[in-house]
Amino acid sequence: MTADSGTLERVLDGEQMHRIVRRMAGELIEQNQGATDLVLIGIRTRGVPLAMALGEEIRRMEGGSEVPQGVLDITLYRDDLSTIAPQPVVKETHLPGSIEGRTVVLCDDVLFTGRTIRAALDALIDYGRARAVRLAVLVDRGHRELPIQADVVGHSLATTASDLVEVAFSDTDGRDEVVLHRNAR
Amino acid sequence: MNETNWHRKDLLGIAELSAAEIELILDTAESFREVAERPIKKVPTLRGKTVINLFFEASTRTRSSFEIAEKRLSADGLNFSSSSSALVKGESLVDTARNLQAMSPDLIVIRHGHPGVPHRLARLLEAGVINAGDGAHEHPTQALLDAFTIRQHKGQIGGLRVAIIGDIEHSRVVRSNIHLLQKLGASVVVAGPRTMMPVGIEGLGVDVAYSLDEALDGADVVMMLRIQLERQGRPLIPSIKEYFSLFGLTRDRLGLANEDAIVMHPGPMNRGVEIASDVADGPESVILAQVANGVAVRMAILYLLSGVRGAA
Amino acid sequence: MSLVIQGGRVVDPSQKVDGFLDLRVEEGTVVEVGEGLSVPDGAEVYDAGGKVVAPGLIDIHVHLREPGHEYKETVASGTRAAAKGGFTAVACMANTSPVNDCRSVTEHILSEAERHGRARVYPIGAVSLGMEGKSLSNIGDMVAAGAVAISDDGLPVSNAELMRRALLYTQHYDIPVIQHAEDLDLSGGGVMHEGEWSTRLGLPGIPGSAEDVMVARDLLLAADTQGRYHVAHLSTGRSLDLVREAKARGLGVTCEVTPHHLLLTDEEVAKSGFSTDCKMKPPLRSETDRQRLLEGLVDGTIDAIASDHAPHHPDEKDESFSCAPFGIVGLETTLSLCLDRLVRPGILTLSRLIDLLSWGPARALGLPGGTLAVGSLADITLIDLDATLTIDRDTFVSRSRNTPFAGWELQGRAVATFLAGELVS
Repeated sequence: MTADSGTLERVLDGEQMHRIVRRMAGELIEQNQGATDLVLIGIRTRGVPLAMALGEEIRRMEGGSEVPQGVLDITLYRDDLSTIAPQPVVKETHLPGSIEGRTVVLCDDVLFTGRTIRAALDALIDYGRARAVRLAVLVDRGHRELPIQADVVGHSLATTASDLVEVAFSDTDGRDEVVLHRNAR
Repeated sequence: MNETNWHRKDLLGIAELSAAEIELILDTAESFREVAERPIKKVPTLRGKTVINLFFEASTRTRSSFEIAEKRLSADGLNFSSSSSALVKGESLVDTARNLQAMSPDLIVIRHGHPGVPHRLARLLEAGVINAGDGAHEHPTQALLDAFTIRQHKGQIGGLRVAIIGDIEHSRVVRSNIHLLQKLGASVVVAGPRTMMPVGIEGLGVDVAYSLDEALDGADVVMMLRIQLERQGRPLIPSIKEYFSLFGLTRDRLGLANEDAIVMHPGPMNRGVEIASDVADGPESVILAQVANGVAVRMAILYLLSGVRGAA
Repeated sequence: MSLVIQGGRVVDPSQKVDGFLDLRVEEGTVVEVGEGLSVPDGAEVYDAGGKVVAPGLIDIHVHLREPGHEYKETVASGTRAAAKGGFTAVACMANTSPVNDCRSVTEHILSEAERHGRARVYPIGAVSLGMEGKSLSNIGDMVAAGAVAISDDGLPVSNAELMRRALLYTQHYDIPVIQHAEDLDLSGGGVMHEGEWSTRLGLPGIPGSAEDVMVARDLLLAADTQGRYHVAHLSTGRSLDLVREAKARGLGVTCEVTPHHLLLTDEEVAKSGFSTDCKMKPPLRSETDRQRLLEGLVDGTIDAIASDHAPHHPDEKDESFSCAPFGIVGLETTLSLCLDRLVRPGILTLSRLIDLLSWGPARALGLPGGTLAVGSLADITLIDLDATLTIDRDTFVSRSRNTPFAGWELQGRAVATFLAGELVS
């Protein structure tokens, strides 16, 4: 996600992000009463590094065992396919085995209209019946268009609809930060 | 949210595609392959889209493959075949096109015995047209699933040596494969009896061999074609027995190809005519993988084409 | 009645004339050609305004489709198309329904021409009864009624013995046998030239040899019989070589080529996206063949350019390439195509082109006309070398529209035709 115009404002730096991710990991462990049966699923694209970061923190806090992680591509479930052209690129989805009876944590960088999460929920259901599905987002910027709320929020940010929130992770972007582009759309 | 660079309304042949477009289809198919492994093998992507499968020529496997692909994408597929439909009998192409258009389909999959029919219909129709085989001209989805299968087993296509053996003159699979494999950097040798070798085939950039041994030498991929003794009453080879002794792929002869060569066949196979059973069922054979991959490739094509508005 | 055409550039290859001359016509006959002719009292004067005054053009290979296929073309519509394209005479093929294999059909065509014709019509009778390739048609009767040659065009005379008899029998009437040279076994189910393009497109091919073996066979028979033999729509370099050799040996052999074989190649089938307007017999050949034909035009081996005007209804052509009928129209495009694509680039001189469209075809079939010599028919075509046109099939006066040349922008066209001194178009 790149912005072409508008003013730029750094919302979180790397240090702040790390701290927030640690807190989010803690909240997830607390809500789940541990990491047992937890599956972290990152929504492409920037939900993936968030899931990885959360997984790493949870492993550290809970002592050793890997938290299963997956990657979800929601393209095939989007509700705007008939209005956009050409088609968006479809990428692969891979889940770490069955989600049957487990607690799935959907991870995404920014929660905005809620449509991505709706698509992700639909996709997830096609893979089996999870015991529960939770939502963890790094930034909640408001302006929901569907009745969806996150269970764990890293940072709440007041924005206008025309703003653009850009989340960068060192794994994918070479740096950790959250930037707000004012009037970018 | 990257957009694909797919802007074609129709998929008519490989000849007009760029290497990038071919790779986009193959990459997209890679993502669709996973859908077949899910407990629920269906995504809502093409919900509300109508796809007409118009088969003027008998075909079980290509039509079924398209049907499965359509169902897995939640599209509504309708089948018209020449045997079951008065729609096509003695009707001009323009009338056929008008009748189809009146049903407002989003995509039309067409198989026809005559080259160029999908192309002419595509120009007349708003709907996207997918060529599922036009005479001996092109069969793009077959070539794409072949390439997908080769990539799956060989990692890449560039640099490979592909031998295609059989009735080169009457095969649409050959033409599409020649275009595709060369665009992606493979070298192709075609082989078959001289009576089944079309004039000017060298002009397509392939090597021509008139013996199986010569064609197999150094091959990474061996693609066998279905053989028919005669075409329109014109005998092309004296007998099946003679064909098998000259061009039939046996285990012994497969030894002439590279050690890790794979064996392919677009189907339906004639065991003991162009291919020996132990080769068809052997470890080198990827023939069933081709069939499985056909669905993913066709899903990718349906998906990509459905994002392009017709006649706009 | 008397007419003087003044101020034109008279190009008459039969007389080796090319100059700014006047031309006087009396009672449908050319009576005087010269500079500054005086105008007799009461004579009509036509100011040619520097345009080319040529002998009326003759197309010796036309399908007028009447009787039987009037939905494709009629004598009336076909001759109107001829006149519009600069032709004052056409020879029409026998593959009508019924076949022109007897006097009554020949007479019917001529009476239609008499009533509605805008150009002279010279019927060509069938070689065989019903064009079935078995027994000779009523040749003498048809000649008596006005037939000028015989041909089973549309189909070849496949039976060598029948061809031999035709070449012998026609000598009683001094008319040529016109052969549609095609070995049907070799052409098989082919729909385009066999070569790299047929291979690319997966369309069944018609090899050049399908024409060559038939021409070779017929030339042997023509040598044995000393008959007059004319190759219709010759399309391959090798057939041309055979004709060249036969002419050198003094045989009474002539041949024609079509504008489409001179200007298009088999690649056009691909470029046009399988357009059925690129489907005809013989098929559009290779570039090598095309170049050889151009050489044959220049060196004189080719006697005539003929359109093989073959009208088909749009509903028939609106089919798959494999199923559509063979043939394209040509009367309204031939002259402009040749002027623009052969004369303008300097491949042919204007005089040679006019020769190929008038004197050459007249001699090949032994027709009157094709010349402006004193005493000849006052059939005249006026050509404006500078006038431009874009080929627009919707403006065709032919009943059919099947042309691969739609949209071509050309320079040079016929602006008037006179038939026996009467302005008809």
